[in-house]
Formats: sequence, structure tokens, C-alpha cells
Amino acid sequence: MTLENKEIIRMEKICKQFPGVQALENVDFSIYEGQIHGLVGENGAGKSTLIKMLTGALQPTSGDIFIDGNKVVISDPIVARKFKIGAVYQDLTVAKDLTVAENFFLGQIPRNRFGIVRWRYMSKKAAEVLKELNIRVDPNMILEKLTAAQKEMVLIAKQYFKKYRVVIFDEPTALLTSKDTDELFQIIRKLKKEGVGIIYISHRIEEVFEICDTVTVLRDGKKIDSIPISETDIDGLISKMVGRDVSDMYSITHQSLTEEILRVENLSKAKVFENINFTVNRGEIFGLFGLVNSGATNIARAIYGAARFDRGDVYIDSKKVKINSPSIAVENGMGFLPEDKKIEGLAIKLSVRHNINLGSYPKISRMGFVKGKLEVNNAVEQVEALNIRTPGIEQTVMNLSGGNQQKVVLAKWLVNKCKIFIFEEPTAGIDVGAKEEIYKILELLIKKGSAIVMISSYLPELMGIADRITVIYEGRQMGTLSRNEFNEKRFLQLASGINFKEDKVR
Amino acid sequence: MIKDKVKQMVDGFKRFTGRFHEMNIFLVLVVLIVAFSLLNRRFITFGNITNLLRSTSIIGVVSLGMTFVIISGGIDLSVGSVVALSSVIAAKLMVSGIPIPIAIIVSLIAGALAGLLMGVIIYEGKVPPFIVTLAGLSVFRGIAMLLTGAKKIIGLPDIFENFAVQRFLGIPAMAIVWVILVIVGVVITRYTVFGRNIYAIGSNQEAARLSGINIRATYYRVYTLGGLASAIAGILITARLAGGAPYSGGGYELEAIAATVLGGTSLTGGIGGMFGTFFGTLIIATISNGGNIMGINPFVLEIIIGILIVLAVVFDHLQKRRGI
Repeated sequence: MTLENKEIIRMEKICKQFPGVQALENVDFSIYEGQIHGLVGENGAGKSTLIKMLTGALQPTSGDIFIDGNKVVISDPIVARKFKIGAVYQDLTVAKDLTVAENFFLGQIPRNRFGIVRWRYMSKKAAEVLKELNIRVDPNMILEKLTAAQKEMVLIAKQYFKKYRVVIFDEPTALLTSKDTDELFQIIRKLKKEGVGIIYISHRIEEVFEICDTVTVLRDGKKIDSIPISETDIDGLISKMVGRDVSDMYSITHQSLTEEILRVENLSKAKVFENINFTVNRGEIFGLFGLVNSGATNIARAIYGAARFDRGDVYIDSKKVKINSPSIAVENGMGFLPEDKKIEGLAIKLSVRHNINLGSYPKISRMGFVKGKLEVNNAVEQVEALNIRTPGIEQTVMNLSGGNQQKVVLAKWLVNKCKIFIFEEPTAGIDVGAKEEIYKILELLIKKGSAIVMISSYLPELMGIADRITVIYEGRQMGTLSRNEFNEKRFLQLASGINFKEDKVR
Repeated sequence: MIKDKVKQMVDGFKRFTGRFHEMNIFLVLVVLIVAFSLLNRRFITFGNITNLLRSTSIIGVVSLGMTFVIISGGIDLSVGSVVALSSVIAAKLMVSGIPIPIAIIVSLIAGALAGLLMGVIIYEGKVPPFIVTLAGLSVFRGIAMLLTGAKKIIGLPDIFENFAVQRFLGIPAMAIVWVILVIVGVVITRYTVFGRNIYAIGSNQEAARLSGINIRATYYRVYTLGGLASAIAGILITARLAGGAPYSGGGYELEAIAATVLGGTSLTGGIGGMFGTFFGTLIIATISNGGNIMGINPFVLEIIIGILIVLAVVFDHLQKRRGI
């Protein structure tokens, strides 16, 4: 970074407090013209919170943001746009049913003096911009019909066209092939040459080294370091990202494991995951670790019958089962706790009572009639056992906090007498206190002989409570480590698809 | 201990009365009845009230079916056409000498199948209910017209025609049928597994699926019930009109949606109930009946009903925002 380059944005002493969590603590962050600034850290480190302050989605609890040296308040996304700050992943001004050219001009569609839209002018202008960036897309195509990669390129082109000064990339290569990634990097370099400041967030460490010139590391909401990329290496960066003691929060009593309860053999789905094999025992917490879009989630959903797979077998209690819908999985004693509770786990308009019993009605009914007393008992018992904080079992789930909502989802499966629990990011969006309570419940479950399959991209948590962890990268099983072999660095390497020679020799 | 007991009782009471909204809408109905009674003595007479119940029963039954569908997160625009279809089928069979019970059963099955067909297309084809039932509105009306050459079928057995004016203990038989069906509807929605599942898919289909609920069966049954309710209404209207009328039931879809929404059922699904719809239907009927007696221009009454529907929904949203 040369010093002559002008500073665009400076964030000073940014703090962000969420209920029960200090998401950011005194973070300083600057971006200069023509700089590609990498932002790295584990999930939950505070990267997206920081970025959301720039896009106007969140406000800092304290701290200041300066643009061109002037103190500003980015109160909402419209203000961010006025300051020419854009994020590729969440461009709110995209109309997917309109053409590429229309999207470029959205809000300022050019018209002639009769008020008629100047279509030819629009597509000519758009074509020019696309050509300048070397993007081979027809400006008259409907956006929705483009591939994921093309869409992304078009969105970047739009921000270029709108002369954005700062463009934020959040995991831009997650959906791209390596060829597309190369093209993307060319475009990013072109933006850099034009003096655009670029913030680049990625889990793929090699990419950060390929494209960025400066990198900032966040960990637990604090800035650990901000250095030119040439002054560090992959090893050094990963050390900065993790280097932390796993807290007592994760100290749960593990069980001795002998009896197999779930076995997955050669599970495959074209282009998503391939030849997945593992066994889970009673009393075991089995972790599936993968970064964004690794395929770990797809594997879990396939086992549960919520998504299809091409071949492979699932055994429960050593008996082969054919699970092609969640209702069959439930009959076989499985329960699934999805990452996005509000979208997939809860019927939020309904009561706590109804949600807790959601999967169990056939079991508490006779000839189709629900036994009201059992239903109420189930709900009351679970509310007490899991310490769900609610004014009563008739409360609408919508009005509960995130942690208590997660407990309701858990309660649903407890009532159902599940023996295999599949957890997807069980503590995403939950505050620290509730997390600990959830871990205690997991402890209780394995004590009773249940098995838990836990999918997480949050490594400290997974390492803290899992008995074994298998790492998934691009749908492939990179390795399975037992508790005594756990090593954060090793996990991150496996999950990024990096396999160091020295490690192999050892 | 005592506190817990009280709390349980309160919870139980809340379950019985359903959501607050059903109470609210009930109060609105009571206020209306009291007001009309005070304003005009002819309103609260036994004859007027029973007549009101009888004339409302047909749309009342249709609205019950609509309520199932709307709670599940869908909509059924075909109800009026299914009413006509089952009406002409029943009439045609009766005129051709087939015993009344068989004619009725066949007609009910036809209505249920019409609903099931739409449910299958909606679920398997992932086509929005609005579109499928809009097509149903057109198709079933067309079939009813074809079957009759667009002419009313007359000459039904006397016993059947008399049903329309039959009374038990002074109460019109048609109103009794309606009230029984309201109770059946309440029992299904509140006390059966199927009922719980309707709310579940209406509130969050994906969560319902991942909870192991058979959502396919639930959708099929919901639309089958919708069709069945319309078919029952079709039988009632056949008796009332003393004939199978291919034109009958026009505009019922909007009246039924109005009654359902007024009764507190959310158009986005997951919230609502049969009592609410019952009261909603009665409110609309009371306003037009009471208004007529008082000599208010019927067009003005339509405007009032329209405003009331909007108010009911706005009130509902305000209440939700306050987090009650």
C-alpha cells in the first residue's frame, strides 16, 4: 500500500453490542483507493457485523466512521449507496426478472422527450461497461437466466457502472468454479486500477494471498492485526485467526462409545458430495465440519430424507433403512434441527404448545383425535425441563428469544423420543448464556444414549464438544479426527483443501 | 401450587376461546345485534332471526370449507362453481329417479373429488392455489353448464324440496345443518391431528415437512374438505331453489373469503378458526338483514361491509404489532 493513495473510509473504535454478546470491540479499519483489503476470521469473529456497519444494515453502538475525513452516519442502505459503498452479495437494487441493462439503470431509466424508454441507448451503454470489464454477457438477457457466476459479474459491473468507490465482496467465490474465479479476479484487479477500494472476505485463505494486498484479522470481535499480505504467510495467518483457549463453556462429560447406532455408506450425490462414509455410536457427538458451501449440510439433509441423494446406504441400529422423506426419518427415531429456525424449524405464528408437539401428534392421539391432556403435559414438561422462558405454553413462538426458540425446536424432538439428533449450526444467532444451556442439554442427551450429528462451520464449538469430527471440503471427506487428535490448524487446512506436504510426511 | 392450577385453567380457557380475535369478532356481532334490536323492533323477532339463519346457511357452509383452505395458507376461488356442479349433479340424478340419499352421496363425492383434484395439482405441480382454483372456477362452472345446457333442472321429489322450509322445534333445518357443520369444523381444527397439521403447514410448510408431518396428505385433505363443503352447500341450494341451477353460487368465493377474513383468519395462513368464520358470516348477514329492515340502501350496506373487512384486518395487525 503506497502512502499517496487516498483514504476513503476510516472506522475508529467501532463497538457493537448485541443482547448478551459483544460482537465488536474497539475495531479500527480503513480502506484506501485502489486497495484490496482482505478481512479474515472464523465464523462469529465479527466480519459481517463490521461490514454491515458500512452497508448501513447495522449501526455501531459506539465509534465513528469517516468518509474522506468527514464524520458520517450511515443510517441505512440508501445512505450507503449515496456514499458509493456497495456490497456485491446483497445488492438490494436487483430486479431479477429484468434485463441486465435495465438493472444497470434501475431508478434512472433513460427516456426520450415523449417519456418512452430508450432501450437501445440502455443496452448500448451496458454493453460498453460489460466489454470494458471483459464480461461476456448479453445486456438484453434477463438476469434470472444467467448462471450464478454471470450474475455475480453483472452485479460487479453494475457497481462499476455506478462508479462505486468501495465494493465489498463476501465469499464471492463460494459458488464459482476455478475458471470463473480467475475471471472474477481479473475484474477485481481492473476495479483496483480504477481506484476502487475493495474489501474482500473469504474463508479460502489461498485466495486472500492471491488477490489482497492488505489483510485484517478479526477474532472474537477484536482486531488482532492489520498487515500487508507480503509480511505474513498462510500458517501465520491461520495462527492469528485461531490462537485462543477453548473456554470452559464446552466442558461436557463425554460418554464411552461402543454401540453403533447410525452408519452411512458411500453416500453420493452428483456435484454435491461423494462417497461419504461414517459411523456414529450411541452417546457420541459426531461433528461434520466444513466451511460455507462445503456440502456438509447437504449430507446431513440427505441422511434425514429432506434432500435426495443418488446412491449409498443408511443403517440405523445396523439395519438398512430407506429414508426418502423426513416423515420416515422421524419414524426411525431421527430428529433434525435446521440452522434457520424461523424458516425451517418453527411455525412461529403458532403457540409453544403446538410447536413442541408438532412432530408427535400421531403418537398422542387416538383415531385422529389429539389427547389434549398429553399435549399440554408434553409442553409443560419440556418448558420446565429445558427452562424455556415463556409466559406460558400458549405464547406465540414469534415472541420468544432466539435461544428459547432453539429450545422449543429441541423440545419438539425430545417429546418425539428421538435417538439420533441432527443439528445444523445449533447455536447460530444465539447468545452465550443460551449456548451454554444448549450444550448442557446435549450433554444430557448423550448421557441417555442418544447420538448427535452436528454440522457446524464454527470450529471452536465443534472442537469443544464433539467426540469425533470429519472434515468436508467440496463434498469430499478430507479426514476424520478423534478428540485426542483435534488440532485447529489441521482442521482449517483440511477444510480449505490445503494439504501441506510436511504434514503428509509426518 | 394454586397459582399453577389457576394458570392451567387460564391456559385452558384461552385454548377454548381460541385466539383473542374470535372473542373480538363475537363482541362485534353482539353489539350489532343489540344495536339493530334497539333501532328496530322487527329485527329481533323469532321469524326474522330464523330466516336470517336459513338464508345465511349456504354461504356459511361454503365459508367453513374456505377457512380450512385459508388456514393452510391457500385460497379456493372455485367454491361457487363446485356449488353449481354438485347442485346440477344431485338434481339430475334425482330427476332421473335415483333415490335421494344416493343422489346426495354421489353429488358430495363429486364435489370432494373436484377439491382433491385441485389439491393434487397444487401440491404435485407446485402451482399456486390461486391459479389452480381460478381454473377450477372456470372448469367446474363449464361442466355444470354442459351437463344442463345452461338450464335449470326442475321437478325434484317433494320430500327433498320441502327440506328447504322444514323446521325442527321452529328452527330451519338448513340452519341446523350449518350449525352442526360449524361444530364439526371446530372439532376438526382444534381436536384432531389433521387440524393441527393444517395450522402447521399454513404457518411454515418447510418446518412442518422437516418435523415429519405428511404434508402431501394434509394438502390433499384440505382441498378435499373445501370441495366437500361446497358440495354440501350445493345440496342445500338445490333444495332452496327447488332445482339444479348451473348459475348458482356465482360470487360465493368472494363472500366466503370476506366472512373468513372478517372472522380473523389470516390470509397468509396459520392463524384463524371456524368460530371466527361463523361469527364473520353472521356479521355480514346481520348488517344486510338489519340494514334492509331499517330501509338503508343496500349499496350503502355493501360499502359498510367492505370498510368493516379492512378495519378487521388493520385491527388484527395493530394488535399483533403490540405483541398481544
